[in-house]
Amino acid sequence: MITLEHIQRRYKTLHGQVTVLKDVNFSIARGEKVGIIGKNGAGKSTLIRLISGAEQPDAGKIIRRMSVSWPLAFSGGFQGSLTGLDNLRFICRIYREDWRKHVDFVQDFTELGAFLREPLGTYSSGMRSRLAFALSMVIDFDCFLIDEVMAVGDHRFHERCHVELFEKRANHAMIFVSHDPGFMRDRCERLSVLHDGILYNFDDMDEAFHFYYN
Amino acid sequence: MANMKDEAISQNRGLFSGLDVQGRVLGALFMREIVTRFGRHNIGFLWLFVEPMMFTLGVTALWYFANANHGSNLPIVAFALTGYSSVLLWRNMPARCVSAIEPNQSLLYHRQVKLIDVYAARILLEGAGATMSFTVLSIVYLSLDLIAVPEDVLKVILAWLLLTWFGGALALCIGTMAFFSETVEKLWHPMSYIIFPLSGSAFLVEVLPPRAQEFVLILPMVHGIELLREGYFGSKVHSIYDIGYMVNVTLGMTFVGLLLLRIVSKRVVPG
Repeated sequence: MITLEHIQRRYKTLHGQVTVLKDVNFSIARGEKVGIIGKNGAGKSTLIRLISGAEQPDAGKIIRRMSVSWPLAFSGGFQGSLTGLDNLRFICRIYREDWRKHVDFVQDFTELGAFLREPLGTYSSGMRSRLAFALSMVIDFDCFLIDEVMAVGDHRFHERCHVELFEKRANHAMIFVSHDPGFMRDRCERLSVLHDGILYNFDDMDEAFHFYYN
Repeated sequence: MANMKDEAISQNRGLFSGLDVQGRVLGALFMREIVTRFGRHNIGFLWLFVEPMMFTLGVTALWYFANANHGSNLPIVAFALTGYSSVLLWRNMPARCVSAIEPNQSLLYHRQVKLIDVYAARILLEGAGATMSFTVLSIVYLSLDLIAVPEDVLKVILAWLLLTWFGGALALCIGTMAFFSETVEKLWHPMSYIIFPLSGSAFLVEVLPPRAQEFVLILPMVHGIELLREGYFGSKVHSIYDIGYMVNVTLGMTFVGLLLLRIVSKRVVPG
């Protein structure tokens, strides 16, 4: 279970303080699949970073009773001057995993071949997202945070993500951020809409979309 | 398994699991810094201390051939070794920390990676390089009979640790201030050049006129270098220092540095 209570998040900008999240209440239980939708700039990624713990709220409380992944966006969390393999080693070191056990999986999933030993700077965006996705599958989290990652990549990549997430990890909790209504309808059990700094939680999909489009 | 991991990375981690996590993160960042900075080509991580050694050797050669007058009858080689090695500590640590956030910002997506780890990894790496360079050169000079065995090794170690702490505290202050304004980075480089000749690396405090002594002794690292020289050369030099003063200033700087770090940590966004 992860619970957010009255979360507030402000940022200092050149034109003063901007309150991105005014009052966010949210919870997700083990195994649940929840989607978060909202217009560009509504604060979806901020919310994901807060849930992951990469950032702290200015007010409110976040209780994590299960392990949460880092926000799996298509490139965040990695460094361009290091190789794919270096990045695997780094992730494994900080999450206490033996990287040797995971090389085969990463090699196989990413299909990077010799590029696994080249710096990330030489990767295409598709290669990057394959690596990012594979690395986050290496650590066994209870809850995955997936920020638009399915928006990039080709058909084959989508299929393989699908196998990893919805077949092999069907019983894990997942939070998705996406602009693709079809995907959200297919994959999520419920939706939350972020609007004007407030998160509206809906059990009914149609209600959520209705609210979002109006 | 999942629960254990959860516990280890949860917000309210206990002291020991907290130390364990921090240790692992520091280790991982340390390795990462080595690979990004020195790569795997030619001599790789050996550059860590070969580069500072080249600096020290170059300066030694310059001073040797210029017949530099430092106001004592100490051999110039020994003088440069003790003087220039310590410059590496307080000059390179801040230089590495002014630009520490940006290349590591994306790592902050992992909640166990804190800003303090990012700075600490860079400070430790710089410290390790300077220490290895100092030690290796000392041993080489000793075996070539260019210098004598330090008279008081413990004092040398104490002085070195103090200088390292000072360098680290300065790096934390300057590194965090650089987050607020790019001017800090622009100012630090000329400042470090101007401070260098005043830092006691190229002279003994004793040979300065009293007014000048008072002035240079405002700089904390001067006290450290004087102590280092006393440990190295003992009775052959008359060192002037006040360790209490150096400790107090460094303690104050550490406090300010950590305070700034707290503010920056709240502001910086992973990305």
